[in-house]
Amino acid sequence: QAVTVEVLDHLERLALVDFRDSEGVERLQKAIQFADQLHEVNTDGIEPMDSVLEDRCLYLRGDDVTEGNCTKELMKNAREKVEEYFVAPPGIVLLIKI
Amino acid sequence: AVKRTLCFQVSAALREGQITPTELCQRCLSLIKSTKFLNAYITVTEETALKQAEESEERLRRGQPLGVLDGIPVAVKDNFNTAGIETTCASNMLRGYISPYNATVVQKLLDQGAVLVGKTNLDEFAMGSGSTDGVFGPVRNPWSYSRQYKEKSAPKSHPEDKESKWVITGGSSGGSAAAVSSFTCFAALGSDTGGSTRNPAAHCGVVGLKPTYGLISRHGLIPLVNSMDVPGILTRCVDDAAVVLGLLAGHDPKDSTTIQDEFKPFELPNLPDVSKLSIGIPKEYHAPGLSSEILALWSKAADLFKKAGAKVIEVSLPHTRYSIVCYHVLCTAEVASNMARFDGLEYGHRSDTDKSTESMYAATRREGFNAVVRGRILSGNYFLLKQNYERYFVKAQQVRRLIAHDFSKVFGSGVDVLLTPTTLTDAAPYTEFIKEDNRTRSAQGDILTQAANMAGLPAINVPAALSERGLPVGLQFIGPSFQEKQLLTVAKWFEKQVEFPRIQLEEVKRHDHGVLQHQKSASFS
Repeated sequence: QAVTVEVLDHLERLALVDFRDSEGVERLQKAIQFADQLHEVNTDGIEPMDSVLEDRCLYLRGDDVTEGNCTKELMKNAREKVEEYFVAPPGIVLLIKI
Repeated sequence: AVKRTLCFQVSAALREGQITPTELCQRCLSLIKSTKFLNAYITVTEETALKQAEESEERLRRGQPLGVLDGIPVAVKDNFNTAGIETTCASNMLRGYISPYNATVVQKLLDQGAVLVGKTNLDEFAMGSGSTDGVFGPVRNPWSYSRQYKEKSAPKSHPEDKESKWVITGGSSGGSAAAVSSFTCFAALGSDTGGSTRNPAAHCGVVGLKPTYGLISRHGLIPLVNSMDVPGILTRCVDDAAVVLGLLAGHDPKDSTTIQDEFKPFELPNLPDVSKLSIGIPKEYHAPGLSSEILALWSKAADLFKKAGAKVIEVSLPHTRYSIVCYHVLCTAEVASNMARFDGLEYGHRSDTDKSTESMYAATRREGFNAVVRGRILSGNYFLLKQNYERYFVKAQQVRRLIAHDFSKVFGSGVDVLLTPTTLTDAAPYTEFIKEDNRTRSAQGDILTQAANMAGLPAINVPAALSERGLPVGLQFIGPSFQEKQLLTVAKWFEKQVEFPRIQLEEVKRHDHGVLQHQKSASFS
């Protein structure tokens, strides 16, 4: 099944990664073809598996503050900042006009 | 009785003053320099390593070593966060990113006094099975330069031909495998999501351990597939892997997917006994493309176990061939989610585009990620679309359960350990490997290793023999969850049987006076 232009636009919007060249589209088509092999398997009545540790309870920490106060450390790696704010470009101009 | 672990022996040498941590560190650092052509390291932490070595020396002088690993040079794959040190994941997206913290496993190594010599090279964001797709270039397999490989190459080949004949390390933890294989460190951390520790271990002739999912903390390991990633351990012998495992395993409050059961570090028996065990040979692992050499080696290994009195039986894991397809869907889906954090705002690369938030994000991601990463993000998003979610993502999760069930059925029927090949062939020349795209090569490279990640099981590559081309070939053991002690015992027994040859590298000879390879005399046969 071919990937439609609508789907491509939608994917680009969701992923915020473009692949407007034909190579990218072909790559996606091949990936879908590869994944289609899954449909050879009979999975009637099989529960989807989220995690191999599904029989155990996840560990939850107590709701206590044990570390923090590392704003300066964390801000170091950001390129655009003002005081303790990360700076994003303004505007709500969408990437792709539908 | 003296235990024959490499780490332990070097550790003993350090304690007895035969060599100081500083000397050992300097040897490794200078060997790293002279093996630079391998491109195994992205960052060499020379200053901090020497400082750590000095501190270790001070402790040893006072007779207060922190443990077996005190003063031992180690390397860490560049997808683990290391405080104050650049962590790139071999991607432009994280070039210049200085980690503000240590991954838990890194912290544990440092707390034991290990000396971190550098961050090793990988496929970008650990996506690949060749260690050829990172922005810092491909890693070269040290065996490409070994006497063993050179002797098997055409004797009349020109220097240019020799240059192009170098073989890949496998991946994605190729840098770590190459580092351990070329003696520039005694142990290295890798990661394993589809085989990324075991695959390069097989190609580089070293031990590569994938622990049970949930045994070792992933906190600080930049995630690829949260439900399958594990830190991997690369060493030159099975005993060393057991030592490192003992130091890293255990519950981490910072990683809620680590189990809460208490982990007891173990020592492997000096003389392992396999006569009471049942070894399963899964017939589906005789996969298309498996070289006749490796098939023969696998069969020979099964015979070894038979002769030792073990029960060796053929078993079936019927969904094996769907594992790689399942992985393809689940991996790309989790990748689509995990890579969403890279938007240029808080860390990493940021595009100069300022037109809007979304266009900045898109440009940043186009500039920061290579085609492989972008391709997986797109595929993953496709499988997660509302109209595809059931057909692909949920379907893959169902198949995952079937794969996991295959294993539990076999282990439940009395089989203790599975014996399989690790890779389909020995390492390919780089020029051959790059003729196919990353997805094709990953599917081939991961085909025998991936299912263990799907089921979360522990698995280990043990170097078994040299191929006709003079390159390492390994075999894989897979065990039931959290049964690492039994798994490593079997691996150690096998290791003792095969006596895998030492790599003969010119550069190592020049730098070593016996300590790096741990031989009493400095002469080489």
